[in-house]
Amino acid sequence: MAYDKFTVLRDTAVPLPTENVDTDQIIPARFLKATERTGFGDNLFRDWRYDVEGNPKKDFVLNDPTYSGKILVAGKNFGSGSSREHAVWALYDYGFRCVVSSFFADIFKNNCLNIGVLPVTVSPEFADKLFAAIEADPKTEIEVNLPEQKITLLSTGEFETFDINEYKKSNMQNGFDDIDYLLNMSDEIEAFAASR
Amino acid sequence: MEKTTLFDKIWDSHVVRHVPAGPDVFFIDKHFIHEVTSPVAFLNLEKRGIGVKYPHRTIATPDHNVPTVDQDQTIKDKLSRMQVEKLRENCKKYGIELHDLGTAHHGIVHVIGPELGVTQPGMTIVCGDSHTSTHGAFGAIAFGIGTSEVEMVLATQCIMQSKPKKMRISVEGELGKGVTSKDIILYIISKISAAGATGYFVEYAGSAIQSLSMEARMTICNMSIEMGARGGLIAPDETTFNYLKWRQYAPKGEDWEKAVAFWKSLKTDEGAVFDKEYHFDAADIEPMITYGTNPGMGIKVKDRIPTAEGLEGSNKASFLKSLDYMGFEPGEPVKGKQVDYVFVGSCTNGRIEDIRAVAEFVKGKKKAENITAWIVPGSREVEKMAHEEGLVKILEEAGFELRQPGCSACLAMNDDKIPAGKYAVSTSNRNFEGRQGPGARTMLASPLTVAAVAVTGRITDPREVFEN
Repeated sequence: MAYDKFTVLRDTAVPLPTENVDTDQIIPARFLKATERTGFGDNLFRDWRYDVEGNPKKDFVLNDPTYSGKILVAGKNFGSGSSREHAVWALYDYGFRCVVSSFFADIFKNNCLNIGVLPVTVSPEFADKLFAAIEADPKTEIEVNLPEQKITLLSTGEFETFDINEYKKSNMQNGFDDIDYLLNMSDEIEAFAASR
Repeated sequence: MEKTTLFDKIWDSHVVRHVPAGPDVFFIDKHFIHEVTSPVAFLNLEKRGIGVKYPHRTIATPDHNVPTVDQDQTIKDKLSRMQVEKLRENCKKYGIELHDLGTAHHGIVHVIGPELGVTQPGMTIVCGDSHTSTHGAFGAIAFGIGTSEVEMVLATQCIMQSKPKKMRISVEGELGKGVTSKDIILYIISKISAAGATGYFVEYAGSAIQSLSMEARMTICNMSIEMGARGGLIAPDETTFNYLKWRQYAPKGEDWEKAVAFWKSLKTDEGAVFDKEYHFDAADIEPMITYGTNPGMGIKVKDRIPTAEGLEGSNKASFLKSLDYMGFEPGEPVKGKQVDYVFVGSCTNGRIEDIRAVAEFVKGKKKAENITAWIVPGSREVEKMAHEEGLVKILEEAGFELRQPGCSACLAMNDDKIPAGKYAVSTSNRNFEGRQGPGARTMLASPLTVAAVAVTGRITDPREVFEN
């Protein structure tokens, strides 16, 4: 479905430097039982965020009021494992609009782009700079500029450019999704299907 | 003529349109759906006021969320029941073939697709499940997709995909005794890491791969995603054709001859170039087991857990966090560690060959007292064969509990959960934290290793049990 337009996002960020965070951590399978796309944010990082009795675990970053913002800065190989789009729904529902990492799992990255959460791949060095800056000052702001494909650490002005294909970029900026595109070429698809 | 890979041949023949500076509009031959990742896709179709474009190209079965006991009764868990009922409702509304609970071909989607002969060489196959890569064993391009893409396929039979890079992994030589295809793939992932093939589509080749049965090939392709690859495939050959012949959806008569002639053309040209190649020697592969919380953290059963030496920063922290979760120390051996549960099942190793291997191993033996042993066939067909071949009797006499088909303890969406802190040696595909239940500690291994663990109650190299 059409989603929020993304152009420039300027906000504080939540750091999660753990590597290889898989989608079972982002949203455990037992919370995939809904038949609608609502309420997944409550169970985002469920088993890292809450103990078995449902009490918040103090040492987990989402329970630390020091950190907030619509940007999640994550460790490398973020989103590996299951193809569950629910992982991105949970991030979105919690309030994240952008995930930054030095390395994303493939399907997760596609899923992000398909619902309008921007995945930004940075160099490992830049990711380390972001983690250090957030640790030094949790109120430090990051600017993610999609039209210019640029991510900037505002406190120092340091920036990197990032890749995104023109098609997906245009979709994100306009809030279009792939089905809008595909439905507009039904005749071409029908002809192709008929030839098979 | 340009030399191309098997992957190129199938991919390029399914591109409807190449979007300038964008992805390919990619045509999907077969689409599998299940109860967990499809309901929101159907809901969105309704919101858009559109239907399912080619219903005969989609096949459905409930698997992730279903109970593995009393499948003839109403599902007790309300949310699970609602998902399964939603799937029934949607299939009925749009005319989609459903293999429902209790019917002859119910089972895990990646087990029944091949069994029915729906999965065929040269096809493009997707499903809202990352282990869709399983179907690559037939020389098909098969991969997992998200729910937005499930919706795209239902609405248009296409998805928008950028063509992945190409990797070839060759395994040459003969496998040793007690070494299975699960050990091959766990070995490969341990060498190239859980993210080592991200961005790639893998072709598995070499004499060790060619010598494998279809079931064994499916185990390998199934776990392609565990090294980050979108999928993995194996060129079809006589083994493939023999498996498919006479299956329900396989072409018949003259069509079969035509199909086989085409399928024989599906191979990588000599001299075709891959973006990356790996070569492994089958003789180096021994029974494997994982010790950590991603499938790349695997070692030979006889080896010690690595130390943190040489690791730095978040890399080291992640390694130690993982061992802490597992209750292991860096540098210690895994062999001899006490285990609480064994699980035989899943789309990785829930096929008849896997059940035969376990039954043959435990025949005349008893499971250790400290072990709870679950065996969950991948499909009704597998379950039926296991009964007919007398395997169920052998397994029950050895103390295994046979459950009904489904994904079960692989992802613990239903009641088949490993309790917190307990160790499970499992034939499934993921050892992530909490994968088999909150706090559960999973170690992945082959059906043979799992059988050996069941008998001894401890981490055991199956070859040692053979010798005794």
